[in-house]
Amino acid sequence: MEGGYSRVVEDVHPQLLDLIPNERNWFVKKDNNNNIEGDEKKLELRLGPPGVEDWSLSNAHKNYKSPQKAAQKRSAPAPVVGWPPVRSFRKNIASSSSKPAPAKKEKMVDSCQKGFFVKINMIGVPIGRKVDLNAYDSYEKLFVAVDQLFRGLLAAQNDTSGGRVNGNHEHDKAITGLLHGNGEYSLVYEDNEGDRMLVGDVPWHMFVSSVKRLRVIKSSEISNTCCLGSRQENIKL
Amino acid sequence: MACSFPEEVLEHVFSFLTSQKDRNAVSVVCKSWYEMERWCRKRIFVGNCYSVNPRIMIRRFPEVKSVELKGKPHFADFNLVPEGWGGFVYPWIVEIARGYPWLEEIRLKRMVVTDECLEMISKSFKNFKVLVLSSCEGFSTDGLAAIVANCRNLRVLDLRECEVEELSGHWLSHFPDSFTSLESLNMACLLSEVSFSALERLVARSPNLKTLRLNRTVPLEKLSTLLQRAPQLVDFGTGAYSAEIRPDVYSSLADAFSGCKNLKSLSGFWDVTPAYLPAICSVCSLLTSLNLSYATTQSPDLTKIVGQCYNLQRLVVLDYIEDTGLNTISISCKDLRELVVFPSDPFVADADVLLTEQGLVSVSQGCPKLQSVLYFCRQMSNSALISISKNRPNLTCFRLCIIEPRAPDYVTLEPLDVGFGSVVENCKQLTRLSMSGLLTDRVFEYIGTHAKNLDMLSIAFAGDSDLGLHHVLSGCDSLRKLEIRDCPFGDKALLANASKLERMRSLWMSSCFVSFGACKLLGQKMPGLNVEVIDERENISSIPECTPVEKVYIYRTVSGQRFDIPDYVRIMGKDKDGVYDLS
Repeated sequence: MEGGYSRVVEDVHPQLLDLIPNERNWFVKKDNNNNIEGDEKKLELRLGPPGVEDWSLSNAHKNYKSPQKAAQKRSAPAPVVGWPPVRSFRKNIASSSSKPAPAKKEKMVDSCQKGFFVKINMIGVPIGRKVDLNAYDSYEKLFVAVDQLFRGLLAAQNDTSGGRVNGNHEHDKAITGLLHGNGEYSLVYEDNEGDRMLVGDVPWHMFVSSVKRLRVIKSSEISNTCCLGSRQENIKL
Repeated sequence: MACSFPEEVLEHVFSFLTSQKDRNAVSVVCKSWYEMERWCRKRIFVGNCYSVNPRIMIRRFPEVKSVELKGKPHFADFNLVPEGWGGFVYPWIVEIARGYPWLEEIRLKRMVVTDECLEMISKSFKNFKVLVLSSCEGFSTDGLAAIVANCRNLRVLDLRECEVEELSGHWLSHFPDSFTSLESLNMACLLSEVSFSALERLVARSPNLKTLRLNRTVPLEKLSTLLQRAPQLVDFGTGAYSAEIRPDVYSSLADAFSGCKNLKSLSGFWDVTPAYLPAICSVCSLLTSLNLSYATTQSPDLTKIVGQCYNLQRLVVLDYIEDTGLNTISISCKDLRELVVFPSDPFVADADVLLTEQGLVSVSQGCPKLQSVLYFCRQMSNSALISISKNRPNLTCFRLCIIEPRAPDYVTLEPLDVGFGSVVENCKQLTRLSMSGLLTDRVFEYIGTHAKNLDMLSIAFAGDSDLGLHHVLSGCDSLRKLEIRDCPFGDKALLANASKLERMRSLWMSSCFVSFGACKLLGQKMPGLNVEVIDERENISSIPECTPVEKVYIYRTVSGQRFDIPDYVRIMGKDKDGVYDLS
């Protein structure tokens, strides 16, 4: 902090209350034994393994004139009153109920199966994602999710300026048309018989029970395939 | 120029002003507005019960229908305020019973409420409707029985996280058979069993019941019975959510839930049997609030449920949700406003839950309406904090607790100053901040410079010197509540900013370097402050004045010092003459 410093008056003194006429001159911290000037030095003192500082009162009393010294101590972790700040009724949650075994699949669990993650790749994006199909109950929601998953990644691929603000994808081009098959992209899937199928023909629950993985491809690929009559060579999957 | 508006018109206009802040502003415009406003104020909020005397309140506002009081400082939640410190509501109840016979609502937080208080409430207010006790203690189920038996017009009985002496579960049976006005019952914090048939009958004859939060003793098998009686419920809290897995129990529970078309909020879920969680699936898309913070079940089970809650605005969950679960939430729960993640095992250094800073970053990225965060984790980095702040400049409440005190940025091993600095710089509407991890005076410089809307700040194990505290007290223009523990802050910053303390509600400092002498000086020089030194050591009088106190709690007050203090509390710098006489 710039500016000069006023002499620190060690003893508590009534004048202290009026000591600071001009805020700009508020003194740089200066204690008796530890002259810490500059942030670097402060940081230096801080590097090292974290540990619980034992601020027991005896320490505080002993080190009252040089708080910096006390702060340098690194002791082994010890229980600290009131830390972490959780209420007492939250303290024994993990120990009072045993950490549960993995959930068993039960017959009565009908519409909500175990988390059903399938891979989903998108053309032009080298890294795939996974979606939990049990998180959705309709194609519409799946398409929204797919859009969210890949929109940012796709835009990042296409953006050459390199100056993207992290995280704001609202202005990226949406991946639309998956639902009606009239957009730039289409969603296809690989079913349990190994065939590649267009998403959307069968009822949702039937789709979920047969889908093995998903792919977002360019809609043009589908028409190319039809024209050429070949099943797989032209679709890079 | 005379005021040409008739009083009735002004009064009507004032009736639209509900916020206390607005009403306070209106009351200082001129004398006639002050008079008019005070006669039509119906609700009063007193943030510190020791800041004002109840007689002053009653004298100024004669027509109040609703009183809300807060007692102990916030750190009392974490056992930092010793037993018997204060916050006794009894003197308030005595005065209010005399001054407001038509009072309808009482809301208390962190206060000591005795059975005698509850009995007095139940007998003094003929039209009593609402009792909300948050984090209160000192009463038993007998006191509840009195309320329940005598308050014929009771609508709301809401016990939030109270410590109740449980003499029996019979209190619930004291609701008269003719009593049908119940709208909200929250007994989640009670440990003893109530008569289920009494509960069922109560629910059956309460057509306006919107909120029902059961306690842990109500078994899962009985939930469907209650839900069928109250399909109009908006807010439901289960009991222990575990049972032997039986298809008939499951299907009747699932059916009962699906009958609740207005359900917006679910909580409870102690001891979850994961296979029963999907029974709530049919209402997931209705939920705006979900509290799974007692559900000790693995991430996939949690995620599968939360991922279906597309309209969720508030989520409270344990760290079992893990980063993967939070990632799903960031995709599925686009309306999320508030996220709370509690630690399942707060006292171990390494937990085997895969919850890191990444989970919070994902949610900050995917949930555009996220405003409020309380997050416990074991590692954090400056870059994550910067990302979060840039993703979510609309944050209003950011509370981060890194379990290990003074934990640095786990990647660079630097302090987290820059990260938190980014939070206060980018999130210009931030009103509440709790920090943790390794922090130097620099972070306080950032806070003092940028956090102009900050109302409440919590600091622990941070800072290097008085400079840190000075930055906060001199820079944070809106600061009203400051709580500090285990920081090397001492007399200088406190005394140099003494006048600031009168513009704040309160300041708590424990295990810092504030001396007895400074406290005494502050108490002497500032008549508008009570400087309470809380120190349980023996032979305090022989300790030198330069010794740091264990704890000091400073608050502004117009009612002078209090006389209900235990022996380990000293109100510094005041003698008997410092008391305001109100008789």
